[in-house]
Amino acid sequence: MPLRIVVTAKQVIDPETPASAFRIDPQALQVLPPASVPPVVNGFDEQAIEAALQIKDAAPDTHVTVLSIGTSFAMDVMKKPLAMGADELVLVQDDALVNSPDPSVAVHVLAAAIRKLGDVDLVLCGRQASDWDNAQVPLGLAEELGLAVTTIAKEVAVENGLARVERVLPDGSETVEIALPALVTVSNELGQARYPTLRGIMAAGRKAPTIWSVADVGLDVSSLTPGLELVGLALPESGAACEFIEGEDDADAGRKLALKLREAKLV
Amino acid sequence: MADGQGILVIGELAGSELALVTREALSAARSLSGALGGEPVSLVIAGTDLGDAPQQGISAGADTVYTVASPVLEGTPPDAVVAVAERAAQVASPRYVIGSKTLLGRDVLPRVAFRLGTALAQDCATLEVDSQQRLVATRPVYGGSAIAKVACLQTPAVAALRPKSVEPLEPDASRTGEIKALDIQLDDSVVKAKVVDRTERPSEGIRLEDAKVVVSGGRGLGGPEGFEPLKDLASLLGGAVGASRAVCDAGWLPSSYQVGLTGKTVTPDLYIAVGISGASQHMAGCSSARAIVAINKDAGANIFKEARFGVAGDWQKVLPAFIDQLHELLQ
Repeated sequence: MPLRIVVTAKQVIDPETPASAFRIDPQALQVLPPASVPPVVNGFDEQAIEAALQIKDAAPDTHVTVLSIGTSFAMDVMKKPLAMGADELVLVQDDALVNSPDPSVAVHVLAAAIRKLGDVDLVLCGRQASDWDNAQVPLGLAEELGLAVTTIAKEVAVENGLARVERVLPDGSETVEIALPALVTVSNELGQARYPTLRGIMAAGRKAPTIWSVADVGLDVSSLTPGLELVGLALPESGAACEFIEGEDDADAGRKLALKLREAKLV
Repeated sequence: MADGQGILVIGELAGSELALVTREALSAARSLSGALGGEPVSLVIAGTDLGDAPQQGISAGADTVYTVASPVLEGTPPDAVVAVAERAAQVASPRYVIGSKTLLGRDVLPRVAFRLGTALAQDCATLEVDSQQRLVATRPVYGGSAIAKVACLQTPAVAALRPKSVEPLEPDASRTGEIKALDIQLDDSVVKAKVVDRTERPSEGIRLEDAKVVVSGGRGLGGPEGFEPLKDLASLLGGAVGASRAVCDAGWLPSSYQVGLTGKTVTPDLYIAVGISGASQHMAGCSSARAIVAINKDAGANIFKEARFGVAGDWQKVLPAFIDQLHELLQ
């Protein structure tokens, strides 16, 4: 049986958005998407897609589905995984799927979508999304789908019904074996995701994503009640203004910086 | 468990001692208990050898300590810790469950919340009780570009406390409490993700997390050779070398050097950032430093927004003179 992989991917505000373009609406408790900076596929999710494609490189009959949920999608952005080499893109698009402070809403919808996709051997997710950095959806998803789970992979290989996962530790690494079906989260240490090839981009252009609503995956929107409520959103107070040390030239500034740190008793 | 009472802390061990993060969580739990009119604080700890940790838990603020000692907990597999925490929550039936956002907590707490049918407030910098006795947390979002305040609507509310956000209580050996073995059957079948190999690469010299001085470099250093003067500077100041994620992703240094949201969180007295632009992802790992000093060619770089002192200049010229002058001062 060919291996079946689902990778979850989230469309997020580009985390490289300059601080000057980052705006919030403190009354509506919303982050305002910067008009000048297009959204991106969450970076860790791209690395999860890369991990899936590496497995597909080794076993070409592997089927890779990329799954996302949201209220609306920038289609050129969300089609990138297809251009990279994924077989299928499934989007659950529904006005109810606002970016909830409670990740369990996303868990229920993703789990329902994965069940609808049928038998899946491996679910790969980015370790966290760069907006709220919750790192919760993958673990909740594993619980809801009854999958064994391990996190922060820098390498994922599949053989004989087992996933062999190289995990990143703060001071080293470990190898974890986990029987399929399983869920694995992927970290940036996996390496840069591949760039779409021209051929990939052309092929992606011809593939239409499958678009489902919340009802299509068998859920009632009214059942998606969040357990957390956002009650405040503010920009952080900026710290004390930086004192710039100047000198006749850069070297002189370096010397004066040393004297300044001594004066401030920091060294 | 609609009518929970008290606060349960999911504890961690450092060897066979109670971990500092757990003493912090107990301190937070005691504050919450005070706001709830003195509801009890319980603690669950699990390991192969608990040593004196249960008693340390009482000294650090727990009224009841649930213990699990089992060989299954060798290496603290998250699968087993999830089972222990879930069982402890069933037994203690708490209003709030507090854990720590550590390597283990990140794997365990979301699953515990999910099993309890409730939501997890992640990465909390502060925890308080509102007028309706809801747990309310503040936490950084968008890599620290914004601060969100979230209220937990369900019972038990589960929260992951960001390490070093709360001062632990001074251990009080005169505090009294109860130590109980948790009623749970653990066997190896609970562990689905099995560790078959582990490679430790202990950092040379001072650990980044413990260092009083951290000298970090970013993409602006141009390559791994740029880190040589940083190593000299770190050894001169008795500190450790750190790096931005871009540096580790490029393979200039191993990922164990990475400071940031997905790397290490450092809290030195002095953080010297060289050639680091200061993306929020990075600042999340170093903004608790007492003082940040930045050297970067771009005076508009984000790093200067959080720095106390800065030089806007070419690090290749600034740094050697800075190091020479420090040598002279420190002789």
